[in-house]
Amino acid sequence: MTEPAISFVGIWTTLIAAGVFLYVLLDGFDLGVGVLHGFARERADRDLIMNAIAPIWDGNETWLVFCGLALMAAFPLAFAIIIPAVYFPILVMLIALVFRGVAFEFRYEDRPRRAFWDCAFQVGSLVATFAQGVVLGAFIQGFRVEGRQFTGSSLDFLTPFSILAGFALLFGYGLLGAGWLIIKTEGALQDWARRQGRRCLVGVVLGIAAVSLWTPLMNHHIAERWFSLPDILFLWPVPIVTLAVIIWEWRALNGSVDAAPFIAAILLFLLSYLGVAISLWPMIVPYQFTIWEAAASPSTQGFLLVGTLFLLPVILMYSGWSYWVFRGKARSDIGYH
Amino acid sequence: MPWDPLILSRMQFAWVIAWHILLPAFTVGAASYIALLEGLHLATGRDVYLHVSNFWTRIFAVAFGMGVVTGIVMPFQFGTNWSRLSELAGNIIGPTLAYEGLMAFFLEAAFLGVLLFGRRLVPPWAHFIAALMVALGTLFSAFWILATNSWMQTPAGYTRIDGRFYPADWFEIVFNPSFPYRFAHTVTGFYVTTGFVVLGVGAYTIRRGQFRDEGRVMMMTALSLLAVLVPLQMLIGDQHGLNTRRYQPAKLAAIEARWDTGSGVPLTLFALPDQTGEQNKYAIEVPYLGSLILTHSLDGTIQGLKDFPADQRPPVAIVFFAFRIMVGLAALMLLMVSVGWWLRYRRILFYSVWYLRACQLAIPIGFIAVLAGWTTTEEGRQPWTVYGLLRTADSVTPSLVGHDVILSLLLYAVAYVIIYPTGFFYVLRLVRMGPRGMPPSPPIEAGRPRMPVTELPSPSKSEAVP
Repeated sequence: MTEPAISFVGIWTTLIAAGVFLYVLLDGFDLGVGVLHGFARERADRDLIMNAIAPIWDGNETWLVFCGLALMAAFPLAFAIIIPAVYFPILVMLIALVFRGVAFEFRYEDRPRRAFWDCAFQVGSLVATFAQGVVLGAFIQGFRVEGRQFTGSSLDFLTPFSILAGFALLFGYGLLGAGWLIIKTEGALQDWARRQGRRCLVGVVLGIAAVSLWTPLMNHHIAERWFSLPDILFLWPVPIVTLAVIIWEWRALNGSVDAAPFIAAILLFLLSYLGVAISLWPMIVPYQFTIWEAAASPSTQGFLLVGTLFLLPVILMYSGWSYWVFRGKARSDIGYH
Repeated sequence: MPWDPLILSRMQFAWVIAWHILLPAFTVGAASYIALLEGLHLATGRDVYLHVSNFWTRIFAVAFGMGVVTGIVMPFQFGTNWSRLSELAGNIIGPTLAYEGLMAFFLEAAFLGVLLFGRRLVPPWAHFIAALMVALGTLFSAFWILATNSWMQTPAGYTRIDGRFYPADWFEIVFNPSFPYRFAHTVTGFYVTTGFVVLGVGAYTIRRGQFRDEGRVMMMTALSLLAVLVPLQMLIGDQHGLNTRRYQPAKLAAIEARWDTGSGVPLTLFALPDQTGEQNKYAIEVPYLGSLILTHSLDGTIQGLKDFPADQRPPVAIVFFAFRIMVGLAALMLLMVSVGWWLRYRRILFYSVWYLRACQLAIPIGFIAVLAGWTTTEEGRQPWTVYGLLRTADSVTPSLVGHDVILSLLLYAVAYVIIYPTGFFYVLRLVRMGPRGMPPSPPIEAGRPRMPVTELPSPSKSEAVP
């Protein structure tokens, strides 16, 4: 094989990073809605909450498959190390997603056991979210690796830090979900969503603070990245802007603009995501392999890139169209009934 | 070592794929069938097509939803349990799998929402396009997943460095030797599966007498399609067999339980293959028929299993019987379709209760044939994941220990044992309710001002509000 003149590693890193972020936003809000769904008292409210995501949830979940497969294709080494290292969180997440996904249909048809499927929907959303947080926590911690294989045990993921990350993500998705519900509902239900959003924001702030303090203490690479010259000169705005967005989010949740809490929550996620990316760059298997070391062959990355660059805009277009069709406030007569 | 992560991982993969494949086996055909019905309704304006389409769309939604969530499980299996395969072959099977996600899943997901919930939000032609796109998505999905599987069965277009597979020619990788046959055979099999489901449900609907028109449409569309598809499938299957003989001779030898190489070989109708004794017991054979079918000539040569080292042979009995189940069911299908048309010719099809009952009994026939066929091809390619190059034993995740996989297998088992029966009974209930007469389509509402909705539960309310 001849070495090609151009490398696709940069663009694939960007694409996967963007894909993961899109997934976290999109499935984040509908998992968050799932978590909040269980706290709604009235059955009619629950139905409406469900219909606020019924037509779009499986498109959102598709980004998870895309991210998994793109990682396998563009960085097979990273896929082969990371996924076995988080064997159980992935397992639990998948099974939770299975229950949550079928609950959309079953709760409307299996009426005698509706309570069970409502519960499956909420607990499934909750467990899937928590498991994703645990995966994130384990990822930041790093894995035991020898050669090109994960050599730790399948229980290595279980640490206080990964548990903390799990809880932090629960509040995070809850905040996104509340933001979405504020857009899709009105009146008393919207007030309720705003209240839930404020509760989640408190959890999010605590989570962000804990993770931001813990990671540099846990890992000297991360401490050096954030607190050494000259990096600190470029990085100091990140926590400042985060603080500003938190304040804006609080005011938005108490305000009257429908879209503001959701937008502020997205910004908050973007900043947290940036924070993690800054901490770990350029590692794709933290502290073991860089994006260049784990990359697939240029031919592989190139072959997939051709189709991706063509298809991704098309996908965004028709996904956008599907959101457009179901725009406006959630309705009791569109969706399951 | 009592609990071997390799065996357990194989069991887990077999478990999750077998349950998953039942859903595409139905939804690939159902998506195309719904698109056909929507097209017929658009062209003729007859409401009966609309009723039948709405009826199948409801059932499709359940199967598709379950297909999506059980499908999400699948790509992660490559990471959790088969990480060596992912690392060594990821440069090739990664992109082909990723293309499935890119081309198929997003297309299906985006247009499914419109297909299920959008009839009143978009004009009829846009609804038809949505149905077409969902159908197209399922076909793209089959294309890429079978390209990936076929490459592992008959690898081509690669180079190998340090044990890892690298792409050399993408056209050869995607259109590898067994792909066209496997794709045609599988998709036709899926269509036939759906055909028999529609036929059986149509028969049931007629027998109940409440929605006879809808039942007739179902039975006649299904019988028409099956009259073409079942013979076609036999032809494709025959071609697929020739392809297997050329590229995977050990698999073919196991299918036929043929131990010794020979020409003018008989066809073994039944036998108990003995793997360690390298022979068949209680064999019933038809002289020369084996060569005739497999090579299309009376004295054609068939390679025997003894030509391959014992550790490179698939488990013969499983492959042998799975194949016979598939072929036996195919013969039964042909009989069903022929009898159906004969009754139709005599104009007594809808009154022959015994035949309607038989159609009902035949509803699962396609699913069983698909599982048997899949077992044949997947057990037949053992002990390899990448045929002849990478062993299954060298593909499994090295960090796994027995109890990891016991636990995960157990969880998957419990989860699927809960959701599949629920889904099944739920579909059964939809079938019992039957194709309810739908009111004429209300006007399109997209673009209207936002409507308040919090006043539940009063479904008619939103119609009244301007």
